[in-house]
Amino acid sequence: MSSIPLKQTAITSYPKFIGRALWLATEGSFAFYAWMTVLTAVFLVGANAWANQVAGGMITTNMTDHVSWGLYIANFTFCVGLAAGGVMMVIPAYLYDDEEMHKVVIIGEAVAIAAIVMCTLNVVVDLGRPDRFWHLIPGIGKFNWPMSMLTWDVIVLNGYLLINLHVVGYLLYMRYLGRKPNGWWYLPFVFLSIFWAISIHTVTAFLYCGLGGRPFWNSALLAPRFLASAFVSGPAFIILVMRVLRLTTGYTAPASPARTLIQIIRVAMTINLLMLVSEVFTVIYTGSAHAAPLNYLFFGDHGKSGLVPWIWTAIGMNLVGTALFFTPAALERSHVRILACLLVIVGIWIEKGMGLIVPGFIPSTLHEIVEYSPSLLEWKVVAGIWGLGLIILTLSLKLIVNVFTGRMHTDEPTT
Amino acid sequence: MTNTEPNNTQQAESSAKRSLPIVENFTRRAVVKGGFATLGAAAFVAAVSPLRQAAKSTTAVEFMQQHYTELSPEQKADVIARLEAETKEKYGADVTIADDRPIPGTKFVYAINLSVCNGNGKCVEACHKENNHDRSTNQSYIRVIEMPKGTMDMEKGSTTYSGIVPKDDKFYLPVQCQQCDEPPCVDVCPVKATWKEEDGIVVVDYNWCIGCRYCEAACPYHARRFNWKQPEVPAEEINPDQSYLSNRVRPVGVVEKCTYCLHRTRRGKLPACLEACPTGARVFGNILDKNSNIRWILENKRVYILKEELGTKPAFFYYFD
Repeated sequence: MSSIPLKQTAITSYPKFIGRALWLATEGSFAFYAWMTVLTAVFLVGANAWANQVAGGMITTNMTDHVSWGLYIANFTFCVGLAAGGVMMVIPAYLYDDEEMHKVVIIGEAVAIAAIVMCTLNVVVDLGRPDRFWHLIPGIGKFNWPMSMLTWDVIVLNGYLLINLHVVGYLLYMRYLGRKPNGWWYLPFVFLSIFWAISIHTVTAFLYCGLGGRPFWNSALLAPRFLASAFVSGPAFIILVMRVLRLTTGYTAPASPARTLIQIIRVAMTINLLMLVSEVFTVIYTGSAHAAPLNYLFFGDHGKSGLVPWIWTAIGMNLVGTALFFTPAALERSHVRILACLLVIVGIWIEKGMGLIVPGFIPSTLHEIVEYSPSLLEWKVVAGIWGLGLIILTLSLKLIVNVFTGRMHTDEPTT
Repeated sequence: MTNTEPNNTQQAESSAKRSLPIVENFTRRAVVKGGFATLGAAAFVAAVSPLRQAAKSTTAVEFMQQHYTELSPEQKADVIARLEAETKEKYGADVTIADDRPIPGTKFVYAINLSVCNGNGKCVEACHKENNHDRSTNQSYIRVIEMPKGTMDMEKGSTTYSGIVPKDDKFYLPVQCQQCDEPPCVDVCPVKATWKEEDGIVVVDYNWCIGCRYCEAACPYHARRFNWKQPEVPAEEINPDQSYLSNRVRPVGVVEKCTYCLHRTRRGKLPACLEACPTGARVFGNILDKNSNIRWILENKRVYILKEELGTKPAFFYYFD
């Protein structure tokens, strides 16, 4: 039997597979429906807040000409890291032939898909004129490629989304049909996705570090730091997802992949903290123009200290989380592991989000200090984006579990 | 759900038969799910209903409008007529929007004599009025930094100074768009909504900008402004002498900037900030004109540019006597 589906069959049966997948993924317990209802409600609150922002102008946010990017771009940056982090499952699975990791690598890819959708939405809600979004579409708009790093980001993020949709879709479809996947159909894309995952976070770092007028960002360490932190937040998030899957669906991933991920987190987090120290030392000890934003971030400047509690919370969480990851208990299915994951996820969300974007603007290029803290509307919009992202993630995980446990199989159309 | 296409495999057909007993359950669930999906869709439509309000102020013609550089003369005329009508409708002001193009053989540069500038802020105010800036936010393209004598470090300066000027121990540094020859703001724009024209002026097509504010992050001189809200200007205060790429009333959600008052300078007049300056600190002109005042200053004075190390190559100079 050929592992490549006949063209006619695939064209009609793949949409059918998607339809059934959606049907089955929306089947579940009372708790599942409650979870989905909550997420939908949060998403709707966010959608409403965004609609109000479009109708009333972005004056409804707390951004200003001084701090012209805020919570949206902060959350965007974190989500890019989340998407890129999944590659830390792909590399052991495909480059080091880790059989156990191979079984669960698809979870990382599902997280990447949801994270990329969140990235795109974070950029869209940050636009003053979302109605002119089509100006960004190559061909019909005016795409300033290769000069603008933002156009690179549009390409790499959408490309990464397509690659992951293809790999996840194809592998699940083959499993659903009960066929062995044909390597030619997906392996080239898997290897492409490794480079691509690194590129999405590198390009996103280039967005900021290429700006000479912003000394806080204008550092060659930015891209490596982005990657190091992504290889912490991504795997930590995936470990949480696997735990939730085990508790809610009974689908138990093998023990070794999580252990591999924790080893990766240990190394990546250490490198991340080392680079942070290196950056802070260079800037503070030299005392150059680069020092003002860092001073503002860590200690406050001219009596303004809005970000000081944020960054020290992040540093505290990252240090405690890292210490916990180094305990033997973290290698077991323990609460320590979960706590450590939660700590570093929130810690990196702050450090890579608010702690990275806002100090880029404070002090401003004319050294004015105008502070920023997000408005309620901005929080609602970001919550809504997370709501939708988690809806997408929940549905794709249910689909994965349904296919993996054989609940969804071409021989048994419904359960 | 359980229907199979005729060309499907035997296996699929048999599986369809086997699933028949639960069809009734399926239908009931389908109704419930369909109900919730409809409810969700309706709630979504309700949630985003404020968008309808926003859509009212954007016509289909405006939505479809092409980039400035791709408009034919007829299309440009239509666009300008539409914008004039909109200004009349929304602001109650009769305005004329021209399409001022660069004068061949012209490269505009600006210079400010820091020994003379006394920080009175008349330029800031003139810019505010000339360029139809939002009244409530007191917007302007110019910021003046009060600097302690003996330093060029802007960190030691203040833009929120008050009291009688000039103060003895201070000098004053007005900053606006430097019309860089290597403008980082133009490089980063993802949709080419901003570009440098032949006479050196960096302009924005307000009808093409998507409002991502990447240019605002890229500019080292805090020269760009975003329209966080629809600008409010009373009809009688609107400057009716407008140009498409400069001081016409801007739409909400787009970025704007100093254009060296191209609606004046491309017609042989001087920028509003220069005309308003009571000290004579400001000098403006065509650097390609060998006999111009500005050329003499650049050749004979000790000239200084802001943030030279960034390689932006400003067309804006500061000098001392």
